[in-house]
Amino acid sequence: MTYLIEGRDGPWELVVGLEVHAQVISRSKLFSGASASYGGEPNTHVSLVDAGFPGMLPVINRECVAQAVRTGLGLKARVNLESRFDRKNYFYADLPTGYQISQFTHPIIGEGAVEIELVDGSTRVIGITRLHLEQDAGKSMHDQDPARSFIDLNRAGVALMEIVSEPDIRSPEEAGAYLRKLRMILRYLGTCDGNMEEGSMRADVNVSVRKAGEPFRTRCEIKNVNSIRYVMQAIEVEAVRQVEIWESGGSVDQETRLFDPARSETRSLRSKEDAHDYRYFPDPDLLPLVIEEAWVQELASHLPELPDAKRQRFQDEYGIPRYDAGVLVAEQPTADFYETVARGRDPRLAANWVIGDFFAALNRTGRTIQDSPISAEALGGMLDLITDGTINGKIAKDVFEEMLANGETAAEIVERKGLRQVTDTGAIDAAVQAVLDKNPDKLAEYRSGKDKLFGFFVGQVMKAMAGKGNPALVNEALKKVL
Amino acid sequence: MSLDPATVRRIARLARIGIDESDLPALQRELNGILGWIEQLNEVDVDNVEPMVGTGHAALRMREDVVTDGDAREAVLSNAPDAAGPYYTVPKVVE
Repeated sequence: MTYLIEGRDGPWELVVGLEVHAQVISRSKLFSGASASYGGEPNTHVSLVDAGFPGMLPVINRECVAQAVRTGLGLKARVNLESRFDRKNYFYADLPTGYQISQFTHPIIGEGAVEIELVDGSTRVIGITRLHLEQDAGKSMHDQDPARSFIDLNRAGVALMEIVSEPDIRSPEEAGAYLRKLRMILRYLGTCDGNMEEGSMRADVNVSVRKAGEPFRTRCEIKNVNSIRYVMQAIEVEAVRQVEIWESGGSVDQETRLFDPARSETRSLRSKEDAHDYRYFPDPDLLPLVIEEAWVQELASHLPELPDAKRQRFQDEYGIPRYDAGVLVAEQPTADFYETVARGRDPRLAANWVIGDFFAALNRTGRTIQDSPISAEALGGMLDLITDGTINGKIAKDVFEEMLANGETAAEIVERKGLRQVTDTGAIDAAVQAVLDKNPDKLAEYRSGKDKLFGFFVGQVMKAMAGKGNPALVNEALKKVL
Repeated sequence: MSLDPATVRRIARLARIGIDESDLPALQRELNGILGWIEQLNEVDVDNVEPMVGTGHAALRMREDVVTDGDAREAVLSNAPDAAGPYYTVPKVVE
């Protein structure tokens, strides 16, 4: 479905490209031995290299390079065996050296692709232009003092991957789908935690509009949007703003803007005089980064199974619907949980329970799969009791709630509460007869053609048996008598 | 290549160097002199020559991912013209 902005003079098409800054998971920083972990005391995760002291030299962290290569492989992208580092010069108080070490002309990762899926089930491929390594900046706080800004350099020098997409995105929905998919891939790879609230993944959004068939028009860049929902909103309002400018005879200026979610508008961020002039040049402190093909192969051989492949395998191996497979692979721990439950059991029954009652229980209790009150083994044990006929599906729901409440195994609960399903046909026949004896009027109605009452009888029999009757046998017994 | 006064002013601004209007002509002359000198390199034919970025074994050495530094707030803040508690402070910067 094409997303169009209806202007006065007809429809406009949206063109969006995203630059995602993803904080690399590593113990230490990209070019210094200071800790890269989040949330230390202010200015304690800082070396003299990060603080920009004279004479300090950067030394690159091998793991950060490996993480970039893994991400490149996960994005089906070209890995450049030789890449370089440049200085991107600008002045800001939380950038002590006055430049950011980045990769401008020779990034470590080249073109790749991400497949996204939309609500209507259609898929699209969004091109990746490049991925490069660079340093994060420190943090400024402007609200501590009337006259001064406070600077914490703990984050300064932490490795970032900037992942640049092609301008292939054509709707806010596609932008959201792209970000979710990218985050899923990064999390599977273990190269970025994808936590947008804490700022370990942020997006710069390039937006322009055009009439169908036209070349690209001038774009604006909306900086540092920190949630997927805001990215989608920012695109929507920015596109409308640009259409209004073009239609009133004006022209859009190429500029940096920020998104204000409270007022749902974008505002110009930098004056034109300060328009980007970063005066990039090769960093003389750093030689070219040369990596071996053999090392790339080794990293490739240790990559985990990625979401697309896992989803396909779940469909093929377990015979579950594509939609269910998508839900189960959305998070790796969920996929692992499901596989533990499904192994050696009916995989569809397992999928239904995991996606249905189990997810609902997590939601209700505010727990995550990592600290789930019911283990995959325990849930599997309960499914075994359903499959071997010990309990029926209805009793299973009660057993599940008990497991949730007190952590007993299904077998223990069934034993303790005597919930074993009754398969003794003598007992079932007796219960059926008792119900018929008690409801002669209903029986007469049924016999005179009110077929719907069959359900009533089933319900009454199950009730008389405290829910423990084998539903198939109860049905059978009733049919025989009626 | 020759720089006009406006470009010289812009370069100074980007580098956050305050200069007097009266210094512009002299700076323009000096910068143009440097550029002219560098431009002599254009006379060398470097077609099909890989750019040389260093001498010897020209590849970056990598270090292992271990925390070996940090926890040195006093040293880090030692040169700060102004600090407040654990923070550097600077004249307020708000865009």
